[in-house]
Amino acid sequence: MFNTLDQIFVNALHWLVSFVPEPWRPLASSMLCISFILMVFPAFFSIITIFERKGIGRIQNRYGPNRVGIPFTKIRLCGFGQFVPDGLKMLTKEDIVPRAADKLIHFLAPVVMLIPVLLAYAVLPFGRNMTMTDYDAGLLFFFAIGGAVEIAVFMAGWSSRNKYSLLGAMRAIAQMISYEIPLILSAVTVVMVVGSLKLEDIIAAQNQYTYGIAHWHVFTPWGLLGFVLYFIASLAESNRTPFDLPEAESEIIAGYFTEYSGFKFALFFLGEYLGMFAISGLGITLFLGGWTSPVSFLTWIPSYIWFFSKLITLIFVFIWIRATLPRLRMDQLMNFAWKFMLPLALINILIAGIWHFMNVEWQRWIVCSTLVLAAYVWLGRGLMHQQKLGKRTYRYAE
Amino acid sequence: MLGEQIIKGMAVTARNFFESYVSKDRLTTVQYPEERLPQKGNTRQFPFLVYDGDDAEKGLRCVACQICEKECPPKCIYIVKSKDKKPDYKGQMQVYPVRFDIDLSVCMSCSICVEVCPFESIKMNTEFELSTADRFGGLLFGKDKLAKSNSYYQKVHPKDAAESDAVIAAEKAKAEAKAKAAAEAKAKAAAAAVSPAPPVTPAQPL
Repeated sequence: MFNTLDQIFVNALHWLVSFVPEPWRPLASSMLCISFILMVFPAFFSIITIFERKGIGRIQNRYGPNRVGIPFTKIRLCGFGQFVPDGLKMLTKEDIVPRAADKLIHFLAPVVMLIPVLLAYAVLPFGRNMTMTDYDAGLLFFFAIGGAVEIAVFMAGWSSRNKYSLLGAMRAIAQMISYEIPLILSAVTVVMVVGSLKLEDIIAAQNQYTYGIAHWHVFTPWGLLGFVLYFIASLAESNRTPFDLPEAESEIIAGYFTEYSGFKFALFFLGEYLGMFAISGLGITLFLGGWTSPVSFLTWIPSYIWFFSKLITLIFVFIWIRATLPRLRMDQLMNFAWKFMLPLALINILIAGIWHFMNVEWQRWIVCSTLVLAAYVWLGRGLMHQQKLGKRTYRYAE
Repeated sequence: MLGEQIIKGMAVTARNFFESYVSKDRLTTVQYPEERLPQKGNTRQFPFLVYDGDDAEKGLRCVACQICEKECPPKCIYIVKSKDKKPDYKGQMQVYPVRFDIDLSVCMSCSICVEVCPFESIKMNTEFELSTADRFGGLLFGKDKLAKSNSYYQKVHPKDAAESDAVIAAEKAKAEAKAKAAAEAKAKAAAAAVSPAPPVTPAQPL
């Protein structure tokens, strides 16, 4: 019973592929996997946009969208039908290209944005046996592909011939490159401890239970610090508040996609959200045990449900942070990346090494926890050292 | 320590999130078509014509004096006087409007017509959902659409309605007193004429 429910998608895929003649089976299998990803994640995106609007509304003591339901009936579905008119509106809007723009690059940028993001899903394990390509260097592939998004952002900013677009694109490049380093360095700790770049192996290492609690990496000192670093860097990578400088509405309109409208804008929007899901999915795989359950008595819940519930939780934290924190200034952003995140990630690699080579369980817990706490406090002091925090004083106003 | 204030801020937003589901007074939004706030007493949107009693045709207070038509700044009122007359609330014979049209698209809700009307006849309505799909006929309000009963007026503007009722009652009382006085004088005169009065005091003609 459990196995059929857990493997229902895998078995369905095998069953569907069995109708195809033998030589075409690998192709058919990948086509089906691709269509699964292309169906599920954009649908998830559309639901998440409503979640985000409703969640932020509630945090600001508003209702959020609660009108659109099933047409011609009184059923409102709490406003969860809103994404249909939103999508239709995006599709039917006029596509405006500035006269001075580089037409070809302007056209290509949203496509170039979306393709690497979709490619990243190829290596993500959504459930037991549910990785599309079981690639040996999956983690490397993910980060290599993820790096290509920056090109799309700069293509969009440069080809629009608009000062706001260009400013946004330059900010985006600076931010993404700065935060890619702590992102990758925090993931390196996992690779060090597990000894493999294959995402299935990383999950297998976490899929063990002691006293009924899983061996998730986030439950270790270096893993907790690594997860926090990874999470902050992934906020910056997906251009979410407080790191949304590339598209800071109050300063530079919409940043690099100022000159985009209609479907191209929708593609940018989609690409941004899909990137957010992918990077959260990788964070889940690296630190939160992927599709495994946190406690051993809940292992009967199907693996893909665990993955998606973790994903929704992480996205909710993204939304929560968006509704809480204001935007950083550019120098604060850079200071934070280079003076805090990067040294902390390097120290974390050291701590992971110590963890790996110390054999007595309680000893390594004490040593590593102390080191993590000391590094955090010390670097945090350093970051806040020269800042005059407190009530703002005005020289001329008052 | 670094991050302390962020945690505090997150706690505040989380409290807002959960309490918005629990306590109703956190959500100040009024969901308009289903929920409505009560109208303010001095709301003014668009004029209407007051009539007494049940019959809009018979009890209409308007006597087609055309003062409002002349005073209306955007000239949105159009009145056609009647040729015949009918009795008003005082029993006096008066002309009445055959047509009384107000163009909604021109009216600017200034309520000058209300201020100049000497007959307590035109008043401001609180109704604001006046949009229509028909931009010609739907925006022209004729006499049939404008006429509203006095009880409706008492409902939407209780204070103003009471004042204007008092004015009307005073007018009516005055008219009645005058009529009564006239009738008494007439009766007296008649009595004087019938009785053999002394010739030194002839009856005064009224």
